Amino acid sequence: MDKKDMKNIEKEMKLANEGLSEKERTLFSDARPTPVRPLNKYVEKFLNWARAESLWILGYGTGCGAIELRPLMTSRYDMFRYGIAPRPSPRQSSVFIIGGYASLKTIKRIVRSYEQMQGPKFVIALGSCTINGGMYYDSYYTINRINYYIPVDIYVAGCMPRPESLIAGFNKLKENIKAGKCDGMNKYAKNFDWYKANQKKIIKDWNMPDYNW
Amino acid sequence: MSITTKALYVIISVIVATIYGLALNGVVRKIYARVHGRFGPPVWQPFIDIIKTHGNNVAISHGIMYYLGPVFRLAGGLGTYLFIPVIFGSVVFSNFSLAGDLLLVMYFIFFGQLGMALGAGEGGHPYSPIGIARGLAQMTTFEVPFALSVIALAIQYNTLNITTIVAAQQGSILNWTLFTNPLAVVAAMISLLGMNMHSPFSIVLAPQEIPIGPPIEMNSSFLATLQTNRGLFGAAKLVLFMNLYFGGAAHANIFVALLIMILKTFIIYMFSVFVGAAYPRFRPEQSMRFFLKWPTLIGIASILFVAYF
Amino acid sequence: MEEILRTLEQQFAITHQNKMRDDLLFVDVKKDQIISLLTYLKDYAGFTHLAFLQAVDRIEDKKFQLTYMLYSFQLKTNLGIRVFIDREKAEMISIDKLWAHAWQYQRELKEMFGIDFPGSPRVDESFVLESWEEMPPMKRDFDTLEYSIKTYYQRPGRSTNDPKKYMKKKLYNNFAKSPDTGRKND
Repeated sequence: MDKKDMKNIEKEMKLANEGLSEKERTLFSDARPTPVRPLNKYVEKFLNWARAESLWILGYGTGCGAIELRPLMTSRYDMFRYGIAPRPSPRQSSVFIIGGYASLKTIKRIVRSYEQMQGPKFVIALGSCTINGGMYYDSYYTINRINYYIPVDIYVAGCMPRPESLIAGFNKLKENIKAGKCDGMNKYAKNFDWYKANQKKIIKDWNMPDYNW
Repeated sequence: MSITTKALYVIISVIVATIYGLALNGVVRKIYARVHGRFGPPVWQPFIDIIKTHGNNVAISHGIMYYLGPVFRLAGGLGTYLFIPVIFGSVVFSNFSLAGDLLLVMYFIFFGQLGMALGAGEGGHPYSPIGIARGLAQMTTFEVPFALSVIALAIQYNTLNITTIVAAQQGSILNWTLFTNPLAVVAAMISLLGMNMHSPFSIVLAPQEIPIGPPIEMNSSFLATLQTNRGLFGAAKLVLFMNLYFGGAAHANIFVALLIMILKTFIIYMFSVFVGAAYPRFRPEQSMRFFLKWPTLIGIASILFVAYF
Repeated sequence: MEEILRTLEQQFAITHQNKMRDDLLFVDVKKDQIISLLTYLKDYAGFTHLAFLQAVDRIEDKKFQLTYMLYSFQLKTNLGIRVFIDREKAEMISIDKLWAHAWQYQRELKEMFGIDFPGSPRVDESFVLESWEEMPPMKRDFDTLEYSIKTYYQRPGRSTNDPKKYMKKKLYNNFAKSPDTGRKND
């Protein structure tokens, strides 16, 4: 393969950003996400321990499940003792909690926030609605399976699950992170086209870049 | 002393200060939690957070100034710390206190904020300029009583060298500035409230209204640098106040001296923590008006006190 | 209140009256009289507050039922004005000149039921639905289940229980039988 072919392939690999206007296209990145190779085995193990012990959740309540996050911060449930803290910016947080049903309007913001989160990122899907639609399975505006649009690490079933079950979900997530099983970000990067196709199938007015860096 | 030993000593000193500052944050979080009736995060939580943020494997940059923002901030923290003698009479913890004086330290306190303002401004998030504007405005006003108090000290001790000021306070507890010039201490302690950004003056970070303020776009290792600086800078400010107003830390045994330093700075920090736990937050213009009113008057009074009595 | 109702009967062609509670009444009125009726109620009778404006799809009668719910702070009474409009050519007179906030309700009705309000500000903008291309979803001839199956991925293996039977069997076994609850037939 010579240099010219490589360049062509790189060009094809670039995202089209068709949802943006000609002028906006220069302002956004058109690079695709690439899977991240893990570091040395022991370093990665140590970092995974740190990631598990310091889970910063994105303060974005998507749907009714967000109401279950508030008691978690109070003295009754006290999530801070597990190293879990809320964080207002997607840039700084590592856990995304999908709080219950996600409507079409929300999924657009969910995708955007999820893509803006940095580094190893984990998703906890809360409530039955995220699993199979729950009581909104026949709704015209509620998506049924959240894992078709973003990769999910842990499901917490129930309608609504109580804060205790959410804490149990967090502890399970910690175990999985320490075991190195939570690789949602790489899964998203590898199956990027499939996820994008699913997202674009339902979000008709795609007016953001194809990948929000 | 050769330059390598000096460098070694400085590195030891910086590491000790950073670890102390971060542990102090952890302890304060624990205390807050116990007050709320919670268990609270473990004391070493800030360290885990820093390791984690450093370990994030994607980092977004918005340009060259964005890179430099956290670097400037850390440089400001380091600069503040490196020109303060942590323990009076100790070789290891004297830092570069012979090379710079109080004015340089005050300059470095401001420098970090300015660098951060430039860096965070390039992040492009609308909340960071709001946070910066509030932060710089508040900073300018709490510098006024602090500067007045420092001028009072300069008149009193006839020098701006921190080591000399500490030396003048040795001997008896009554030699401390706290007892020789109480008005200057009052003015400076009020401005410390603003510096530590605890509750009445926490509008800069304001997690509810403008999420996290200036560093909102900072991620991964940028954020980790800022967090490290928070520990170091926090410790440096407390050590500076201990040196200027509370007699510094001096003892023949270096570990006892360190213990004295930890005890004194902890009590100084507790002052702003208690105030923060008790009072609600000021709006930006309220906090500016507050600093320019009573603390400034007390600062002027302290200068008159020193000059005429 | 009686006086107001008498005036309404005399001056406007009220087709039907329904008193639900002491403080809740419904009257039916013809479409072309709605503006004069609402103006009268607002300016002379003291019904100054428009609580909501909503629609019901009466698909069997081929009509939309619009309900203007008014409230009087003096009489402490709710008064619902019901108007039936044609379902095929759904169009209604805008009342945003009377109550400025009505444009928001009218925008929602346009989106959810397809009822047009000519002259109402921003009535064609989307309200809660983004990028909606199908027919207005609250119309009863729109099959939401079919649309959901077609658009969103269903997870197989979903089962449903009749809540009443299930709860009786599982939880409230004794509760349903007990003589003093008075809910035997429920």
